[in-house]
Amino acid sequence: MAEKAILEQLQSNEEISNSGDFATSTGFDHEEIKNITRSLHGFQLVDAQEIKKEIWELTNEGKLYAEIGSPEFQLFSAVPPEGGISRQELQQKFDPLVYKIGCQAAVKNKWLEMGRQQVLRKIQTVEDSVKDLLLQIKDGQVISSEDINSLKRRKLIELKTWNGYSIRKGPNFSLERKKLVSVFTREHLLSGEWKNLEFKKYNFDANALPPSGGHLHPLLKVRERIRNIFIAMGFKEMQTNNYVESSFWNFDALFQPQQHPARDSHDTFFLKAPSTTLSLPESYLDKVKQVHESGGYGSKGYQYEWKREEAEKNVFRTHTTAVTARVLYSLAQQRPFTPQRYFSIDRVFRNEAVDRTHLAEFHQIEGVICDRGLTLADLMQVLQDFFKKMGMSNLKFKATCNPYTEPSMEIYSYHEGLKKWVEIGNSGMFRPEMLRPMGFPEDVTAIAWGLSLERPTMILYGIDNIRDLFGPKVDLKLIKRNPICKLGM
Amino acid sequence: MPKVPVGRDRLFRGLGKEYTQEEFEDLCFNFGLELDDVATEDDEVIYKIEVAANRYDLLCFEGIVQSLRIFKGLDQIPKYVVCNIPRESMLKIKIKPETALVRPFVVSTVLRDITFDQASYKSFIDLQDMLHQNICRGRTLVAIGTHDLDTIQGPFTYEALPPTEINFVPLKQVKSFRGDELMKFYESDLKLKKFLHIIEKSPVFPVIYDRNRTVLSLPPIINGAHSAISPQTKNVFIECTATDLTKAKIVLNTMVTMFSMYCKRKFEVEPVEVISSDGQSYVYPDLSPYSMEVPLSKITGRIGVSADANQVISLLNRMQLLAEKSVSSGDECSIIVSVPPTRSDVLEACDVAEDFAIAYGFENILAKVSSSTRGGGEQSLSQISNLIRLEFAMSGFSEVLTWILCSYNDITTMLNQKDDNSTSVKISNPRSSDFEVARTTLMPGLLKTVRENNHHPKPIKIFEVGDVVLLNEMNDVGARNRHHLAALYCDDHSGFEV
Repeated sequence: MAEKAILEQLQSNEEISNSGDFATSTGFDHEEIKNITRSLHGFQLVDAQEIKKEIWELTNEGKLYAEIGSPEFQLFSAVPPEGGISRQELQQKFDPLVYKIGCQAAVKNKWLEMGRQQVLRKIQTVEDSVKDLLLQIKDGQVISSEDINSLKRRKLIELKTWNGYSIRKGPNFSLERKKLVSVFTREHLLSGEWKNLEFKKYNFDANALPPSGGHLHPLLKVRERIRNIFIAMGFKEMQTNNYVESSFWNFDALFQPQQHPARDSHDTFFLKAPSTTLSLPESYLDKVKQVHESGGYGSKGYQYEWKREEAEKNVFRTHTTAVTARVLYSLAQQRPFTPQRYFSIDRVFRNEAVDRTHLAEFHQIEGVICDRGLTLADLMQVLQDFFKKMGMSNLKFKATCNPYTEPSMEIYSYHEGLKKWVEIGNSGMFRPEMLRPMGFPEDVTAIAWGLSLERPTMILYGIDNIRDLFGPKVDLKLIKRNPICKLGM
Repeated sequence: MPKVPVGRDRLFRGLGKEYTQEEFEDLCFNFGLELDDVATEDDEVIYKIEVAANRYDLLCFEGIVQSLRIFKGLDQIPKYVVCNIPRESMLKIKIKPETALVRPFVVSTVLRDITFDQASYKSFIDLQDMLHQNICRGRTLVAIGTHDLDTIQGPFTYEALPPTEINFVPLKQVKSFRGDELMKFYESDLKLKKFLHIIEKSPVFPVIYDRNRTVLSLPPIINGAHSAISPQTKNVFIECTATDLTKAKIVLNTMVTMFSMYCKRKFEVEPVEVISSDGQSYVYPDLSPYSMEVPLSKITGRIGVSADANQVISLLNRMQLLAEKSVSSGDECSIIVSVPPTRSDVLEACDVAEDFAIAYGFENILAKVSSSTRGGGEQSLSQISNLIRLEFAMSGFSEVLTWILCSYNDITTMLNQKDDNSTSVKISNPRSSDFEVARTTLMPGLLKTVRENNHHPKPIKIFEVGDVVLLNEMNDVGARNRHHLAALYCDDHSGFEV
């Protein structure tokens, strides 16, 4: 109703200059008029300009006096023109507060004389100027600042901000507001209503609710990519589902000497339960013992006392090369010898201090080729093939040292972003002291390489703290928001 | 991997060249070392060089400089010599049987007429620390003691006595301590307390005496103050007590091969006779090279390059492996490799092959490797397409697979589109209107799926990832495929935000 009134008014007039006046003249509530104005302004049917005024308004007390008269006038009226009235009697007629204020003001105005017993009129008639002033203010009239101050002091008026609008026609002005539809429904279609409807424009900039559904972990997306690279290159996946390993397979079978920094440098988790392995392949163990102690197969050996108790100690495997040892040993038992390619990507454990780039658990990627007459050049070739599929084609190799490979190479790739050579992996040719005791003939060689899964993932996804990638502290937002893995695409 | 600190300026003087840091890093890269850290100590620039865990000859400044000089062809491989003195004139150490209870072995030698300066003296002490940390496994396997020979007199005895019977003034102290008192005294010593456990539970402690019952050392804890060395020492008596004899010999050899260069008779070492408790006599050090005969093919074959014997020999020489052609008969050419006492890491032919490869240069081996890749692989487009399909499905959309061929109307009037006659591929002999054109958009397939599945509970969320066919003059046939993806949401309301 009010909306109609506003729109009709604007239809025939330039503007509604004061929404407050309009409200008064039409009898609508000003608040309602203001709300409707805002809404109409939002849809550009009208153009509303805000008006702000500061006006004096009567307090509750002021309103009371405006109606029934000021206390002093009330008091004055209660005193008979002749003879006066006893104080007691006068007091009894009024509320104590009214009496108090009234006496003060009446005496000040020199209207009444307050004797000890009697109260007498000092003049015949008075005018209730306070009431008049209050009525004037209520009426919206302007009064002198002196009067304002005295009324203010008596807390009969207070300063209020008044808001209103001046309203004109807007660009979309029409007598009736058109409703915009935001959801198009079946009913609209069936009823034919859709022909007359106006649709709210889609806001393509608004944030939508993310679709509900599942997400995969970025580390495992990269793992999948790398598995595919290996399989495409003809590598067979090794069975790696045993985290508990004996020192024999983790170290000794790999010709890693006991009592040597190389063994500790892995910073190994030794086990309390089961503390020792239940069984070891005995005849193979004898050969391993011998090659450590006194060599053989053309080697000097380490020339130390090899202890069975050391080999029996169980650990959480420090590398998946322990599995490679088992797999190669198994291969060595097969006659005739068949060349094979193997790979694995699985969890390994290191008893290292945890920091931004190191965890106690991480994933190792390992590739192995076992064939006759493999060379270091062959290793470089296969590394080139492999890393090219991961998007790294500019490689450099550096001589390094591993207990179980000789020669050994660190693999470096040139990182375009960081503009420097970055180490991306480790590799080597397994020593004869490892392969021969397994039963391989002299001309069978094995080459292998390894790298961590976490490092390339962190570089790919721009994560610099490994705990933000792996473990319970990973923000679920990362899981839900990580992009598809384009490694090597 | 051990990190050896060396003064940069001293290092470059030793190498005879002022390298830039980058040049030096390249040299390290090619040899198999790594410049791990650059620090400044008292205005001196210190390079921390990371070396292989099994190269004890690289654990000090002298070893690094020597190896790099030989690698660069500046020096020949030194010939280490045990000087030829008659057994009777050799200093002796007699081992008492009780030592078998706690620390059975001792080896020993003398560096005669040596001249230290501040730097080489510090290097001498540092090498002992490095060896103690590494191969000696925190002194448990081997402990080194170095003494001023001029303050003591042979013959020496290596004994094991109850702690209370041992009494001497230890290094850095002025008063005398009993063995058991020393254990208590060092409990609070930051450096030494970690070695106490090696002997403290033993009923007897190892101790070395000279002929005047002067205590040389209480291994592996501390030396005596009496025989302490200094930069002014001219004759050094070295003793290594151990529980592992092989490692003790390696340690002793490392000490003398590294520092005999400062002796008046360069690379000459004076032997000491050790007499075991059962009367057996051994002379140390044993600096004889370890001889290996390796077929040439085993060296070059393992690496995968071809090189003749002379090339291999000259390359091995640069790695401190003295090599020469074998004169033995047979078709196969063999190399006789003399492994010096500095290279205890060489055990088998593969170690020789690696040194050959390093001297040959890994980058030169890489240059012979083909750059074309082999093996299986995928097209990038297939890969990315599959990953996207997966993401769609994980977002709750189901995949549909629809026809490439459709009717002309399907791609025009049914989509409110006009044919501009330059987009779609048309069939000249369609069997029916269903086979008139190839789709130019995935829309018809999705919409038809909805039509045929009207009974299906809503919302219907489907997607398709597949090829459309378009006319294209860039292709030889005049048309090409283009990979599209499309998704459709159908419900009883428009659901802009799904």
